[in-house]
Amino acid sequence: MNLPKLNRLLRRIPLHLVVLALTLIWIIPTIGLLVTSFRPVEDINTSGWWTVFSRETKTSTAYDQWCSSCHGEGQDVAGVDLSDPAVVSELNSALRLLAFMRRGHPDISQNGQMPTSQEAADIAATLQGLTGEEESARFTLDNYIDALVGYRGLQTYTSDCADGTPPSGFTCNFLRDLGNRRGMGRAFVNSLLVTIPATILPILFAGFAAYAFAWMDFRGRQVMFAILVALQVVPLQMTLVPIFRIYSQLGLNGTFLGVWLFHTGFGMPYAIYLMRNFLGGLPRDLFESAYLDGASHWTAFVRLAMPLAMPAIASLAIFQFLWVWNDLLVALVFLGSSNPVVTYQISNMVTSLGAGWQLQTAAAFISMILPLIVFFAFQRYFVRGMLAGAVKG
Amino acid sequence: MAAPVPQIMKQGRVIPWFYLAPALIVMSFFIVYPFFNTIYLSFMDRNGQLPASTTCRANQPCWGMFENYRHALLDEINLTSPGAAWRTFWTSSFGNMIKWIALMVSGTVIMGLTFAVLAERVRYEALAKAIIFLPMAISFVGAGVIWRFVYNYNTGGAQIGLLNAIRTALGMQPIAWLQTIPINTVMLIIVGIWMWSGFCMTILAAALRNVPEEIIEAARVDGANEFQVFFQIMVPIILPTITVVITTMVINTLKLFDIVYVMTGGNFGTDVIAVRMYREMYINYNTGVGTAVSVVLILLITPFIFLNIRRFLAQEATR
Repeated sequence: MNLPKLNRLLRRIPLHLVVLALTLIWIIPTIGLLVTSFRPVEDINTSGWWTVFSRETKTSTAYDQWCSSCHGEGQDVAGVDLSDPAVVSELNSALRLLAFMRRGHPDISQNGQMPTSQEAADIAATLQGLTGEEESARFTLDNYIDALVGYRGLQTYTSDCADGTPPSGFTCNFLRDLGNRRGMGRAFVNSLLVTIPATILPILFAGFAAYAFAWMDFRGRQVMFAILVALQVVPLQMTLVPIFRIYSQLGLNGTFLGVWLFHTGFGMPYAIYLMRNFLGGLPRDLFESAYLDGASHWTAFVRLAMPLAMPAIASLAIFQFLWVWNDLLVALVFLGSSNPVVTYQISNMVTSLGAGWQLQTAAAFISMILPLIVFFAFQRYFVRGMLAGAVKG
Repeated sequence: MAAPVPQIMKQGRVIPWFYLAPALIVMSFFIVYPFFNTIYLSFMDRNGQLPASTTCRANQPCWGMFENYRHALLDEINLTSPGAAWRTFWTSSFGNMIKWIALMVSGTVIMGLTFAVLAERVRYEALAKAIIFLPMAISFVGAGVIWRFVYNYNTGGAQIGLLNAIRTALGMQPIAWLQTIPINTVMLIIVGIWMWSGFCMTILAAALRNVPEEIIEAARVDGANEFQVFFQIMVPIILPTITVVITTMVINTLKLFDIVYVMTGGNFGTDVIAVRMYREMYINYNTGVGTAVSVVLILLITPFIFLNIRRFLAQEATR
């Protein structure tokens, strides 16, 4: 390699470092989520997700943490008699675990305080790992299964079913359990049911209106379009209360129809704006000659404008799809628990029901998978749509 | 403004309205009517039945028909002394909004601009940009889970949150990021920056591509270094686009709801206007105060609406 070339390469190193560092910072939180969602619950709560990339097993740290006081530094736990009450009493958490595991056993359960299910699972796993009683797998799909069916028990859906003790409310017929109200499976279907019509309807309505704004002449055209620009900015929150009151009277709260219509109305200003700018940018000769050839506006709209506007329609469809799919507020207010969608389900796990990280991370990834596919497949249109106008939000 | 319609395509007076009708009907019902109804309700009591002034109590401060606005503006602020008022203001939804706008808008624009400039100089531009852009496709709820995990705080035992694990590895005490005032609002804003920088980057990158290559080359020939080229040539040329991005981001920030709702629920002094409005409406069931809060929100946004229209008219003029 000649010197100037090398020189140039060296000078570019800081640039590469900055770009790579920023990119890494941006992607690491998501990778953490993805890795965590595949880890067994007891691992998630006792060690960071990044430890899966290191050779070091969690045993040694866990040992230092829990057992050095009772067995002495460096002593192997496998040789310790865990049933010896003197040893166990050194370790408060172990005692509580045993009390839990042998619930009803008179001499132990008198010690009272029950660990939470999460603690019990952690302790059991730690002890099992320490004693070499059970080598747990590093990765598992159980989190996804549990999140999909909405399982909230102490073990996992799979192990409960394998034990022949179906958790309450479950049949252990996986396909049937997917329909569970608290599960992500059902929510995923609901999200699709909300999103698809709520994407098609506004594009359809906006197509007509945008054509009129671009190629028809009527009074107030310009004033109306300026108002439309202003309407793009009206905050969603402002419209919730009045619509909620009307929906209550019409019985539309909690129905899909109500949400479809709401998203249609709210997506309209941006959709018309984008389509009108695209249609208005098409060559005028095209429409003139079509009209000279005797085409009506209807023909020009159906045969000329709409096929040509496909790129704009694609951008719009992706936008509206992502917007509706990712929306929480509208789903929260108008659908709520009657037809839970993915975002609603996750926000419940996070805020009130306090589901563990294993469920939250798996559920979050289930909700992200479709938007990510759409995003990567149609990134071009997404960017184009964004450049065509300010994003609503 | 708009391009005139060719003479030959003139049609009857009625036909355009057939094309416009579906859109106009849904928009009037879902945006225009609620807009006015919200203003009306903000002057009524919690059920929208009686005028707001009837909720005043004797010997209590009262703003008459603006009583709901008194609640909307002052309820979060401790008015016993100026010092207390100042302190409580900065953890109220309005004080937090100021922090959000200041940090989120500058953060996203600076990150977006930095990335737009740097990424086009490397060969893996497309991949790097896609990664920065990726959070745009994720729901705020999903992002909330991702970042709550990053910020996770354990009182004892191993830290499974990345940030606290780094702190303990460096020998520092872990921090309850989302519960500690005032750092928690900053932590939420970081999530916002993470989500929206991709948007700013894309728009600014497109603007940078339109900067004429000759001008930049000429500057380089004249001996300008890369920083001078950037700050004295590129930034002034794309300034209109930067302004657009800033206004859009201010509006987005003012309307922000999901991040705060999912990550802290507006507790621990992290409240913002939209979350507060939601709480007044659907947890306290007080329509009057809830709508008053949202009218305050629209008043804050109004200047930007006019900016938007002005920009639109300017765009049309150059069409």
